[in-house]
Amino acid sequence: MQQTFGNFVEQENGDEYLVIHFSPTSLPLQQRWRNSGLSADFLAEYWSTFFPAHDVSSRNKQLEIKGGINYIANELLENIMKYSYLPADYPVSLGLCLYQDEFKFYARNAIDPDAVENFQVRIQALLAEDTQTLYLQQVEQNAANAKSIGSHLGLLTMINDYNAQLAWKFETISQDPEIIVVTTMVQLAL
Amino acid sequence: MKVKGDTYQVTYDLEKAIVAFRGKVRLWRATDYEPIIQLLNEVAIAAPQKITLDLRELEFLNSSGIDILLRFVIKIRNQQSSQLVVWGGETIPWQEKSLSNMERLMPAGFQLDLV
Repeated sequence: MQQTFGNFVEQENGDEYLVIHFSPTSLPLQQRWRNSGLSADFLAEYWSTFFPAHDVSSRNKQLEIKGGINYIANELLENIMKYSYLPADYPVSLGLCLYQDEFKFYARNAIDPDAVENFQVRIQALLAEDTQTLYLQQVEQNAANAKSIGSHLGLLTMINDYNAQLAWKFETISQDPEIIVVTTMVQLAL
Repeated sequence: MKVKGDTYQVTYDLEKAIVAFRGKVRLWRATDYEPIIQLLNEVAIAAPQKITLDLRELEFLNSSGIDILLRFVIKIRNQQSSQLVVWGGETIPWQEKSLSNMERLMPAGFQLDLV
């Protein structure tokens, strides 16, 4: 079974791409978390080579691209680590591909089958509703509930603050045991 | 008051009512943010006439961190006791993109200076 939301495009790696691939169960999350920041910093620095700075305008462009990659990669890795369904013991990955006019990120992880429906409702809201309004509503909701866990702002900031386009693919990899894998695609225009 | 982590530091100058953030903040659990939340709560309770958030050296903040700052803005807005000034770095990309949301949450008594 396969279902997509938004304008999902299958990953085609092209000439320039990097993939980080790991098992979500080989290290405790607390230790693994450090790697999400390191990886995001590395990805941002690595891809900045393709956008050399030789004047004010190109320097600003380089900073903007580095900042976008750093933020989006970090959020996607944090989400992979927070929401990966560990009982599936399914590997996770983040791929980042450079094309002529955009970057495409592909974050892939197993998801709790019981969480799929709620997640898809959220996705449909992200794709159909005004995301600025959703963002402010979520922030006010978070503030009103002091004990709330998780900000639910990561995807909204990508859309609103970085003008990223998001899409998702859900695949049933196995029926028994049930393993559902979600791929989050993020397009960042250059 | 000071909160220090591996990659960041948050300090509160009580006399000048300036909360300064330095480094990269990307903590993984809501509970990991507790010391920073406690510091911000102390500032809110003190309710000085003007509070300054100095973010000029805050190179990176994840969405959980942005949420913590926005919750603080809402708290100060609802208290109606203090003006809020934010000093940001115009060469720090996440700030140029994400700090304008503070202005939307607190239209009155808020000032953002990107330097």
